[in-house]
Amino acid sequence: MEQEQFTVTVFSEDNIGLLNRITDIFTRRKINIDSLTTSASETEGIFRFTVVISTTLANVKRIVKQLEKQVEVLKAFYYDEEDIIFQEVALYKISTQALAQSKAVEKIIRANYARILTVEPEFMVIEKTGHESETQDLFEQLKPYGILSFVRSGRVAIAKPMKRLSSYLAELGQTL
Amino acid sequence: MNAQAQKVATPAGEQSHTSPRKVSGAEALILSLLAEGVDTIFGYPGGAIMPVYDSLYHYTDQVNHILTRHEQGATHAAQGYARLAKKAGVCFATSGPGATNLITGIADAQIDSTPLVCITGQVASHLLGSDAFQETDIIGISNPVTKWNFQVTRAEEIPATIAKAFYIAQNGRPGPVLIDITKDAQFGVLDFEYKKCEKIRSYRPVPQLNQGQVLQAAQLINQAQKPMILMGQGVSLAEAENDLQTFVEKTGIPVASTLLGLSSFSTHHPLYVGFLGMHGNYGPNIKTNEADLLIAVGMRFDDRVTGDLSRYAQQAKVIHIEIDPAEIDKNVKADVPVIGDAKEALQALLPLVKARSHQDWLKEFDNCQKVENEKVVSKTMQPSTPKLKMAEVVQALSDQTKGKAVIVTDVGQHQMIASRYYQFDQPNSNITSGGLGTMGFALPAAMGAKIARSDREVVAIIGDGGFQMTAQELGTLMQYQIPVKMIILNNSFLGMVRQWQELFFDRRYSFTEMVNPDFVALAKSFHIGAQRVEERNQLGEGLQNMLAHQGSFLLEVVVEKETNVFPMVPTGESISNIRLE
Repeated sequence: MEQEQFTVTVFSEDNIGLLNRITDIFTRRKINIDSLTTSASETEGIFRFTVVISTTLANVKRIVKQLEKQVEVLKAFYYDEEDIIFQEVALYKISTQALAQSKAVEKIIRANYARILTVEPEFMVIEKTGHESETQDLFEQLKPYGILSFVRSGRVAIAKPMKRLSSYLAELGQTL
Repeated sequence: MNAQAQKVATPAGEQSHTSPRKVSGAEALILSLLAEGVDTIFGYPGGAIMPVYDSLYHYTDQVNHILTRHEQGATHAAQGYARLAKKAGVCFATSGPGATNLITGIADAQIDSTPLVCITGQVASHLLGSDAFQETDIIGISNPVTKWNFQVTRAEEIPATIAKAFYIAQNGRPGPVLIDITKDAQFGVLDFEYKKCEKIRSYRPVPQLNQGQVLQAAQLINQAQKPMILMGQGVSLAEAENDLQTFVEKTGIPVASTLLGLSSFSTHHPLYVGFLGMHGNYGPNIKTNEADLLIAVGMRFDDRVTGDLSRYAQQAKVIHIEIDPAEIDKNVKADVPVIGDAKEALQALLPLVKARSHQDWLKEFDNCQKVENEKVVSKTMQPSTPKLKMAEVVQALSDQTKGKAVIVTDVGQHQMIASRYYQFDQPNSNITSGGLGTMGFALPAAMGAKIARSDREVVAIIGDGGFQMTAQELGTLMQYQIPVKMIILNNSFLGMVRQWQELFFDRRYSFTEMVNPDFVALAKSFHIGAQRVEERNQLGEGLQNMLAHQGSFLLEVVVEKETNVFPMVPTGESISNIRLE
């Protein structure tokens, strides 16, 4: 079966060690995690993991069941790109001189709807929010001007279906 | 049940308090175990768990502690105990090597769904992460092999954590839980009050049956012409043996068993067609690929059962009755999953299925058995060779115990032979290491089984290799006078590996031949009765002596060195290509 990119969302208790249990489920099957983001969810006390992986549909279905099998996981879902709105944030540190020397950098920032977060005497930090391809594109454009440092966040994603976590849990006979 | 505070036991001579009383974390642990009804603990003390052992000292009138000779022995003993007692086995170990020595047994319990609560001591919390003496990250190490684990660093966390540990280990699909308790938490003081855990919001142990699935399953069953039941350990875990029998007798469907399912259905029943898998019976293996419906009950389509999945039961519809949703479609696609407890599922199906018989279909199994008898069984049961064969020993034991003993097996040829030829006639009579295939399992597991059910005859059948992996537990048998019967089927080889070397590696017997000690002398050094049988005519008497002996007894039976277990499905082959010779 063909490999596709999936976004897996996991809702869990907020407990130390659960991150390991979750990542073990992927690593045990030798599935590379393309990105991983953890944060609080809209429900107090419930943690949310967003994991991006490339695998087959059959595998992602099995993985979601293995995730839900963990005692402290409330619910897990998988989505393809059609089902979610997602973003990533990238930060680019470049020398301030590059901006001063050429109009080009300013044009690149404008064209990419990026923004400057800070300008220091030696360096400036540019922020760009978007899909990986977009932040990567900006990286390539800035590269000739010297990127001192670059970082991209994991994916954060919101599912399009309107059903809320609490209604899934209600179906399972659980309450929050 | 209400979440009422449990009245807890107190040391002899003290008054029972109704209000919370101040105790150490270590004592709170013991009190929590007592509140859970724990009567036996298998363990081994050491530095980081000393406060717990000190508290235990005051409660030896209320709980039995068995000092094993190795922590691995403690986990296997707890597994054997759990399988027969039908509740969690409990182990204690210290930090570092004590904890890591538990891992094999925990991994075995995880893959074979055995409830365990393992308690490990840990270095004091301020030393965590400092590479302190006997510090190891047992939570990290045990993550992939536990159903749940937790590190306790404060005494107040102990009662609720233990309550949760038992709830998780024993409910739903059972499994091992590890609780790591830092030494300062054991010394710390708390107001002790115990509430049993009855619910965890993130965990639903027994999914509710879906009536639609049940109806669909019944419809498939009623239409099927060549249906077959594949029974796994889920039947015994759900205590659904009688329900299965009722269901089978109404529907007339033949029943085959996985390794861990053995003994949940009488081998003498006319609808029992045998043992599935790599060394199972001929009929149930090849008929899997001819059936039009497979009804899997509490089993997980292990690769030793299925062989090559792409050539497994492609023609059949599959009903998968299973408590663990993660097993559905994991290996074999279920046309109709029935997610829930096996007992509830069988009871729900019973009124919906038609009373039928499948005589022609059953006859096909009989014909297969005739082929197997001729090609395999006759050769191994009436051998012309001077040396005894393993199957003769198992057959003789089966006859002498009337199929009613608890058979505990290790891993290898003797395990497959025991599983093939012991004629189980009573539920809960088969304890073995299935999924993990842990050599060294049988001796300690038999010990635990005998402690759980002193009324049952417990016979461990072990190879010479596996016996030597945990032979030190003879010391435990001696110290606690546990009357376990042991049969070593000694072929002076790691027989199963040798068999594969013979069949698939051009007879290059790479490191499988063993020079063995005098097992009889070894047993006698532990003051355990022992006898060696080398001739066919000594076997019956040897078994009689063993069974009649009051205490533990070791019977070494010298068997033919180079024999193979057949039938056999070579790894990666289709089960249709099962070899009879």
